[in-house]
Amino acid sequence: MKARIVEVSCLALSLACLSMPLTAAAGEITGAGATFPYPVYSKWAEAYKAQRDLSLNYQSIGSGGGIKQIEAKTVDFGASDMPLKADKLKEDGLVQWPMIMGGVVPVVNVQGITAGEIKLTGAVLADIYLGTIKKWNDKAIAALNKGVKLPAQDIAVVHRSDGSGTTFLFTNYLMKVSKTWADKVGNNTSVEWPVGIGGKGNEGVANFTAQTPGSIGYVEYAYALQNKLAYTMLASHDGAYLSPSSSTFQSAAAHADWKNAPGFYLVLTDQAGKESWPITGASFILMHTSQEKPDRALEALNFFAWCYTNGSKMADELNYVPMPQAVIDIVEKTWSEQIKSADGKTIYTK
Amino acid sequence: MEETAPAGTMASRNSNAFDQAKVPAAQRPRLVAFGSGFEPVFGLASRAAALLVVLVMAGIFATLCYQSFPAFKTFGLPFIFNSSWNPVTDKFGALPAVTGTLITSIVAVVCGAPLALGVAFYLNELCPFRLRSILTTTIELLAAIPSIIYGMWGLFVLVPIMSKIIQPAVINALGPLPLIGAFFQGPPFGIGMLTAGLILSIMILPFIASVSLQAFATVPVALREAAYGTGASVWEVCYRIILPYTKTGIIGAIMLGLGRALGETMAVTFVIGNAHRIQMSLFAPGTTISATLANEFTEAFGKMYLSSLLALGLILFAITFVVLVITRILLHSANRKIPV
Repeated sequence: MKARIVEVSCLALSLACLSMPLTAAAGEITGAGATFPYPVYSKWAEAYKAQRDLSLNYQSIGSGGGIKQIEAKTVDFGASDMPLKADKLKEDGLVQWPMIMGGVVPVVNVQGITAGEIKLTGAVLADIYLGTIKKWNDKAIAALNKGVKLPAQDIAVVHRSDGSGTTFLFTNYLMKVSKTWADKVGNNTSVEWPVGIGGKGNEGVANFTAQTPGSIGYVEYAYALQNKLAYTMLASHDGAYLSPSSSTFQSAAAHADWKNAPGFYLVLTDQAGKESWPITGASFILMHTSQEKPDRALEALNFFAWCYTNGSKMADELNYVPMPQAVIDIVEKTWSEQIKSADGKTIYTK
Repeated sequence: MEETAPAGTMASRNSNAFDQAKVPAAQRPRLVAFGSGFEPVFGLASRAAALLVVLVMAGIFATLCYQSFPAFKTFGLPFIFNSSWNPVTDKFGALPAVTGTLITSIVAVVCGAPLALGVAFYLNELCPFRLRSILTTTIELLAAIPSIIYGMWGLFVLVPIMSKIIQPAVINALGPLPLIGAFFQGPPFGIGMLTAGLILSIMILPFIASVSLQAFATVPVALREAAYGTGASVWEVCYRIILPYTKTGIIGAIMLGLGRALGETMAVTFVIGNAHRIQMSLFAPGTTISATLANEFTEAFGKMYLSSLLALGLILFAITFVVLVITRILLHSANRKIPV
């Protein structure tokens, strides 16, 4: 009985810890948030530390947690895969910018089907996730895949069970290509899924997909490669069937109009362009516009500037897409214009 | 090892009672370590420690109530009976998580309790003396395995077995039947309510077994020997003597197992499928309160979402509390039967 009480209180305590501020130690910059860019952030941090002797403490607690932590001012920067709208940024005194891009890919586990063998359109993908297409040999799928032998198997839909930026991008795409999806389900980091089983994290979805015969899931590109999952081809906005790759992600990024996006609020799904992978997204960094400790803020901004100039190759190796130079220029201009010390002085100058 | 504490505390309490009854106060050894000046300090310190436990408990309860207030205020009591869980529209209801919690726990008890009682009967009546200590240690070890290990084992070993062998067979055999068929239909994904319940049944087995053993020890030796003396078989002794005599103790043991199954988090999260839907089939994915909290707490945007999660926590707190109170009452009345 006592063990039970101990256990219950442990659970409650650990829950309390999750919402407790993460305290920052001196001599390092701290950040918290999205899990999706974590591998590349930690690689950058390692390389930067070797050169400049400044360590970065990044806690990959999820985009929601990152936003909460930066609002509570317990970290130097927050990270989120879901951009905040311009008015929300203003309300909280925050500025955001895109740091890195990546792609979300549908993956399948159907006997005899290899990577890139199945073609899907956004509408069909939405119908599968709505539960209206139930079998792999459904007419709608067969029509797109003439010559591919599809089994009369139930489709096991796999989605994320935790709130996530990956889900935000995926549902954002489905919302844009399917009116039924927009009306019935919507777009968020976590939604009310009409069908399917939920796996925790990209790993969870990858595992369930690899293990369940007849399954379809969606993961960040790197996880599809690591787990050797069969990705599908997907119709771009302009109707061409594409395979996921750095170049198709880059193409989607190139069509993005960052200049005219207030507060960098831009979701890169379903971009125009023949070669644009339709489920591409950026991961964002959040900082306060008014900094009580300007020297710490400068350290953080210097780190990000270093990542923009020196981090492209490392990002490439991990299958992320670095930001184009034109965007970097606007971002650095934003830093100079918007991030000020408490007495109104500009912190970052190029 | 903290999980084995219930059995341990009871055993020591019993032996204390025994010691104190037998040994007169004057003959009991007195330990004076720091002289009498230390006595009040020690008394105060131990009192403070005890008080702290109560305060922590009250604090957790108060926090849960306070934080879940916005959810209950917005959704009212229907929060408990509403089956929608939609972070997009900020509409939340607890029913899928509550039913999932209850169903998996009931499956766990239905599968785990007979197994645990079998183990306990074997250890108590049939087991050779040498094997006994090995078996007892094994059962204790079962309780010491961290729940995440059960989760991983469940996902990588049990789930493929379920989806390839057990579920297709059961779906073919029982699926077409009227009434009960509905519980065994749908595609065999391997994960789901039944798989979660099975893992839970293994996890609660050591608790039920060890507390049942404690209860069996209260059966007067004279009763058992008299039964064997009149020619009763082992089955008859178990069924006619031990079981009726320790009925409340066993129910208490089962309730203790139930209490543990209700709150189990990681192992369930791995294999239940994490879907906020209520479905008839035991093979369908579902969710439990603790799995929902583990999955969604870190990325819960907005006040209502967070408050609803904490409201779920409060409901779990209440369910577990009720189960524990019932356990307490049953075990208490069972303990009073100890022969002097």
